[in-house]
Amino acid sequence: MRKQNSIFENIDWVLVVFYVVLVLLGWVNIYAAVYNEEHKNMFDLTQNYGRQMLWIGTSLVIGLAILVIDGKFYAAFSFPIYIVTMGILLVVLVIARDVQGARSWIEIGSFKLQPSEFAKVATNMAIAKYLSALGIRMEDMKTKITAGLLILLPMALVLLQNDTGSALVFIAFIFVLYREGLSQNVLIFGFLAGVLFVLALMVPNTVLIGVIGGLGLVAYLLMRKTRNNLIVILIITALCSGIVFSVDYAFNEILQTHQRERIEVLLGKRSDPKGAGYNVNQSLIAIGSGGLTGKGFLQGTQTKYDFVPEQSTDFIFCTVGEEWGFVGTAFVLILFTLLLYRIVFIAERQRSTYTRIYAYGVASILFFHLMINVGMAIGLAPVIGIPLPFFSYGGSSLWGFTVLLFVLIKLDSYRMYILR
Amino acid sequence: MYNPGSSQRIVFLGIITSVVIIFLIRLFYVQVINESYSVSATNNVLRYITDYPARGMIYDRKGKIVAFNQAVYDLMVIPKQVKEIDTLEFCKLLDISKESFIEKMKKATTFSRMKASTFEKQISAESFASFQEKLYKFQGFYVQPRTLRKYPNNTAAHVLGYIGEVNDELIAKNPYYRIGDYIGISGIEQSYELELRGRRGVRIVMVDVFNREKGSYKGGIYDTIAIAGQNLVATLDADLQSYGEQLLQNKIGSVVAIEPQTGEILAMISSPSYDPNLLVGRVRSKNYGYLLKDENKPLFNRAMQAYYPPGSTFKLTNALAALQEGIININTSYPHSFVVGSKSVKCHPHPAIALEGAIQYSCNPYFCNTFRSFIDNRKYGSSENGYRLWREYQMSFGVGKKIGVDMPHELKGLIPSVEFYDKYYGKGHWKASTIYSLGIGQGELGINPMQMANIICIIANKGYYYTPHVIKQIGKHPNTTRNLAERHYTKVSAENFNIIQDGMQRVVEAGTARVARFDSLVICGKTGTAQNPHGKDHSLFVAFAPRDNPKIAIAVMVENAGFGATWAAPIASLMMEKYLKDSVKRHDLEERMLKGYLLPLQNKSPENPGLKVKDNTPVKPKSKKDSSVALLNNKKKKK
Repeated sequence: MRKQNSIFENIDWVLVVFYVVLVLLGWVNIYAAVYNEEHKNMFDLTQNYGRQMLWIGTSLVIGLAILVIDGKFYAAFSFPIYIVTMGILLVVLVIARDVQGARSWIEIGSFKLQPSEFAKVATNMAIAKYLSALGIRMEDMKTKITAGLLILLPMALVLLQNDTGSALVFIAFIFVLYREGLSQNVLIFGFLAGVLFVLALMVPNTVLIGVIGGLGLVAYLLMRKTRNNLIVILIITALCSGIVFSVDYAFNEILQTHQRERIEVLLGKRSDPKGAGYNVNQSLIAIGSGGLTGKGFLQGTQTKYDFVPEQSTDFIFCTVGEEWGFVGTAFVLILFTLLLYRIVFIAERQRSTYTRIYAYGVASILFFHLMINVGMAIGLAPVIGIPLPFFSYGGSSLWGFTVLLFVLIKLDSYRMYILR
Repeated sequence: MYNPGSSQRIVFLGIITSVVIIFLIRLFYVQVINESYSVSATNNVLRYITDYPARGMIYDRKGKIVAFNQAVYDLMVIPKQVKEIDTLEFCKLLDISKESFIEKMKKATTFSRMKASTFEKQISAESFASFQEKLYKFQGFYVQPRTLRKYPNNTAAHVLGYIGEVNDELIAKNPYYRIGDYIGISGIEQSYELELRGRRGVRIVMVDVFNREKGSYKGGIYDTIAIAGQNLVATLDADLQSYGEQLLQNKIGSVVAIEPQTGEILAMISSPSYDPNLLVGRVRSKNYGYLLKDENKPLFNRAMQAYYPPGSTFKLTNALAALQEGIININTSYPHSFVVGSKSVKCHPHPAIALEGAIQYSCNPYFCNTFRSFIDNRKYGSSENGYRLWREYQMSFGVGKKIGVDMPHELKGLIPSVEFYDKYYGKGHWKASTIYSLGIGQGELGINPMQMANIICIIANKGYYYTPHVIKQIGKHPNTTRNLAERHYTKVSAENFNIIQDGMQRVVEAGTARVARFDSLVICGKTGTAQNPHGKDHSLFVAFAPRDNPKIAIAVMVENAGFGATWAAPIASLMMEKYLKDSVKRHDLEERMLKGYLLPLQNKSPENPGLKVKDNTPVKPKSKKDSSVALLNNKKKKK
């Protein structure tokens, strides 16, 4: 191993360009979303776009700082960072004020930070560190449980902050575990559970159980040659039935009222365009009215006249949809897709397992955010308030994603030197 | 080291790709295929604000305002946009009950959730001021300024007419009008609707989520500017009009006064009348109901819609036709009676007379004979031809046809055609002796007071009339919407009128209408006492003055009032004095007229004290308003 000649040596400029383009596009759309006649100055710090400029500037500093730090630091200090971050999450639980139902902010003067954004990075590091260690095999039950706990701990803490959206993001690590050898059955089962969850809410339970039983019987008749199959079929059928029965309970007792309503709106079981469905309805109107090429920069009426709530943060995608049309939304989606492809490509070119796992973590987190955020804006996912990476207004999220990505860029720049 | 190879990578990328493709398909559908979101966005942000132009004002001939506009505000609601509001405060500000709020909301929602409908109509400027400050609190509500018609003189209700909201039938017929628009329904308001209404403008503005205006849509290129209605100058003399209404109070009848040299209608009165302000705004339909139920039919414009037998006034045109045909001349005299079979028409005692005297004494046999000489004259070959010609003469005086007054609902009256009599008596089975009563203005004749006044104009002008009209000026220009400058000539030449005028002058100076004399003015008049099958005779008087330079021609009809000289002549005379001398000196006569109570008896019942004869009220326009309002109040109490 040898020292790098320059901190920019072997930097993956493609990622950097993606980053810069997305952040700037995001800023332009935040400007449009908040724009009003009285505040036209782009750097007006009383407005979200002015402050976002500040966040972008500081993010660049952070990115640079990450590149300056020796790449070995991250792998070496993964666990300490994880532990400290978990500690901060705990502290937040104690000291945070209630902001719109969630207690997830640390306030220092007027400066606010959301530690859960950084918990994703820390968890990603810890997973990468743990799974890249010698002798760790995904097949081992111990590995699965330890990895699971590493994920569940921050998830639980964030959930306790009542920030359900951010907590759900940790599910994304399933993809990482899958890449590192977790059975695909987990993905299939997860998918199946999701389908069953939706079906259980849409179709009467008795019918659903009947269908599941029927499918089980058909499977048995087709594959009755082996005893093993019979047991598997029985277990699957029983599990499915169990899920179906538990959905009602989970839906009515565990979920909070607004979450329940949002899911009902999504499934079309509730039409409430003024209440629970207001955001999605207005969001769809904004995006849908954009047409093929959009209404033009600063011309979106839904955007300009504040019909969509949270438009500079969680619903920033509406602005793209309204002012830039299908051309704009497709461009942004494809940009994100290319970024994800690039990250996966980078992951697979690593000799270092740590970097590979970390890279998959980055891709998974970004993908999860993209899927939920855009899905929610176009009415395909329940309203879960998580930001669109690099786009949405917010210092914590921009800093968090910057750290997430730049650590990867730094790690990747060592690809030539580190053998494992 | 374990590296599971590429299959997981492909699965992961596959999941990403499928999700993105699903999103793209969804976006394509939402943005490009489905148009409804664009409509929703438009509905969200665009408000179509109608600018109602001010309706034109109406002035009288002396520049007095007789109709103007008062600002009021309609409160509009778009139910879809109504958010949680403080209903209690809202109701308090509007002074309505909660139940009424709920009901109005329900009504608006039933009409349309997306479109604006009127929540509360015609809020006064005062109530609006306090409400406006709080309006921002009530999302989904906005106000639309409107105007309310006001008639400051409380006079000339039938001439001015009234305005009301358009009905569905009208909207279907005329695409200009929309629900909630106002339109003139009668009188000048109706006949000059186009000039008065102007053109509605529409401003498209954008509003934000809080319903605050954010400026015009696309710089206002789709806006249309409201064009204010034009002001009209009426030919009416508001003072004369209201004086005439005073004189006719508690009587059923009608007065029409026209300036013969122009055809300008100076006054058009139909009694009983009502305060035009009763048919304005929110109280309109209620008051309309009361007026409609009134047995004296105050809504009925007798001046143009009532048929009366013209009585003796018709002797004038009868004589003129005969003079023109050479059937009589100034020296013609007839026996002192007119005998048809066993019946005979006799006259009150007066010396043997020629034409002038016959007019002076209103000699019935004379004109029956004249009529017979005309109809049965051999030179026409048959009575049928004679009558046809005689009828043509009468019609050239504007009888039996619409004379084209610029007011709605003019009726043409009745003068039977040859065919009518053929049908009634059989062809060849009738002649002058069958229908002689036409010669003295009785029988199957129907003439409205407007036509009577017009006949007097013709006599004053010696042979022609200008179409009587109530509007002389539109905006700053003379009224050219009708053919008002054209002289309509009769079939009688000018010199023949001198004889008739002489006779009429003698009527006032030494004949049946001596009561009509005042000052040293030369007045030509003719009384009439029209028999009527429904009761006491109608009292009728027509006149013009001064003879040499006619300024006013007038026809007065008082129903069931007896002789023409008793009521109609004094009223006509007082009005001429008022118009020509500006003030009335004959106070005793004036008082007698004002006190006269000639309404059918049943209305005097104690449960309807509103119609009692008023005390000796001095002539003030106000008193009439009071009486009609009192009438309504009483009816309300009765309910």
